[in-house]
Amino acid sequence: MTKINPNDIQNVDLVVLGAGPAGVAAANVASQEGADVVIIDENSSAGGQIYRAPPNEFKPHDSFKSDEYQEGEKQRKILKNSNVKALFKHRVWSISSDLVVSIVGPNGLSSLHTRSLIIANGALERIIPFPGWTTPGVIGLAASTILLKSQFVLPGQSTVVAGCGPLLIAVANGIIKSGGKVSAIIDLNSKSDWIKASPRLLSRPDQLFKGMSWFANIMKAGIKIYGGHAVTNTKQVDNVLKISIAPINSAGSIILDSKYKKIVEGDCLAIGHGLFPSTEITRLLKAKHIYDPHKGGWVPLIDDDFRSSIPGVYIAGDATGISGAFSAVQKGRIAGMTAVRDLNLMSSKKYKVKIKSERTTLKKNENFGKAAVILMKFRSELIQTITSETIVCRCEDVYRSEIDEAIESGARDMNQLKAWTRCGMGPCQGRTCSEAIEAILASKVGSRELAGQWTGRTPFRPIPIDQIIGEYSYDDIPIPKAAPL
Amino acid sequence: MFKVSIKKFFKYWDKINTKQSLRVSGNRVVRKGYTTLTIDGFEIKAPVGEILAVTLFVNGILTLKYSSRKKEPRGLFCLMGSCQECLVLVNDRIVLACQEIVEEGIIIKTGINK
Repeated sequence: MTKINPNDIQNVDLVVLGAGPAGVAAANVASQEGADVVIIDENSSAGGQIYRAPPNEFKPHDSFKSDEYQEGEKQRKILKNSNVKALFKHRVWSISSDLVVSIVGPNGLSSLHTRSLIIANGALERIIPFPGWTTPGVIGLAASTILLKSQFVLPGQSTVVAGCGPLLIAVANGIIKSGGKVSAIIDLNSKSDWIKASPRLLSRPDQLFKGMSWFANIMKAGIKIYGGHAVTNTKQVDNVLKISIAPINSAGSIILDSKYKKIVEGDCLAIGHGLFPSTEITRLLKAKHIYDPHKGGWVPLIDDDFRSSIPGVYIAGDATGISGAFSAVQKGRIAGMTAVRDLNLMSSKKYKVKIKSERTTLKKNENFGKAAVILMKFRSELIQTITSETIVCRCEDVYRSEIDEAIESGARDMNQLKAWTRCGMGPCQGRTCSEAIEAILASKVGSRELAGQWTGRTPFRPIPIDQIIGEYSYDDIPIPKAAPL
Repeated sequence: MFKVSIKKFFKYWDKINTKQSLRVSGNRVVRKGYTTLTIDGFEIKAPVGEILAVTLFVNGILTLKYSSRKKEPRGLFCLMGSCQECLVLVNDRIVLACQEIVEEGIIIKTGINK
């Protein structure tokens, strides 16, 4: 791996966006086949969110190193020993249809032209709003994993862990392992939901065993688990979060009758309702998307070899559909090989042989990942928790009542809703609220497909104006000669 | 420059001193060096390399900014540069606290949009 200055290069064979497991695998395999590869990530080292590296200055004791830490170190080493050019601490803020990638980094703006592009920007966390979800101290489950794994920090003195899926158990177990206190676990899934998902988990017995040992830790710590419950409200009273929870009935609706309401307390609420693929880049490029709840939501349409509907653009990892970090490696390798094959840097014979073994491993790992998707797929009953006085779009403070009103008045797709209410128009570009707003609209117009998606817009992330301008002084401004009198 | 009220002083003093640190330490994790930075006029010690949003969080400074329309308090939420809720001023530049690293002598101001 060589660290480069983005201004030193203009043309490359392949740009890989995101240095998580999929991106690293894709970049490495493409570079091994002789392609000139640049990998770009906003973090300071590879690993993505799942294998996010702790700061160099932090040294965990050997017994405290998690499996994810070890795997991350392995991947960072793979990248280090490769010929891939790496641009860390750089953010891509736009990509044009002729594949010019616009980048902003510590030294300002730059751009580079690439012959092909692999998008491995992973997933985002879905958090469906409820009254009080904007209270400071309410954080995402994914945020909690970063606190625990990369910062070695507890989310709270006493944390309520809520939501669904593997992250729920991972966060609760992480807190216990770090010596912290979990005050309660509020799981959308009931016991029978977990049992239904378990046959698929058998495809990776090693991971199933790990999950069970996490469960055992949670049971041993005597933590109260509310299975089949949803968080319906959070209020802050003197530095304590009073969190209301309600049971979900077998028909899949939340019983809001106050008779069934319970209140749990903590100084932090870590909550997440599953992951969904990040589509901001593929939407901007106008790639075709399909809505597939078994893949976590909207996904770019791809062929078996991970080509998107746009020539020269490939997708890898969870961005093609949620299936976890293990399968992301194979997805990355297949996408990387397909990209170099399409660039004629690899013979079709070699490609066929190599791709075959990847597919076998992918299938096994994907099966495991799919069990996780079942446990964290979007649950429509969560819309019940978005009361009319709840802020849905955090950036623009748009209330559910305003969204309902716009739909009532005739807004029929996501872009209309955005134009009428400003929802999704703020600096987060709708990443935080799109799932909730799509679900509200879909419940009125009939389906996610009819509700549609927000058009992708640049910049993906806000860019400070001083970075656009760069280093400059007033002497740099050319002063035109005064006109003769 | 800064008008620090007694009330605010006690608010921070309370938060810093009544809480047991959320940082996992002891024989589990060794943090190499600590440095001093200034948050809203108060000097705070923090480990070099820590994410700034985490430093604020650990010190009980949960409200980082206010929302633009309703001026409601907001703080750390996604910790991965997506949600844009942890905006603060570092050396008078608006940045996401979750994308900044603790460095010696940086001056942080919270309360954007207040």
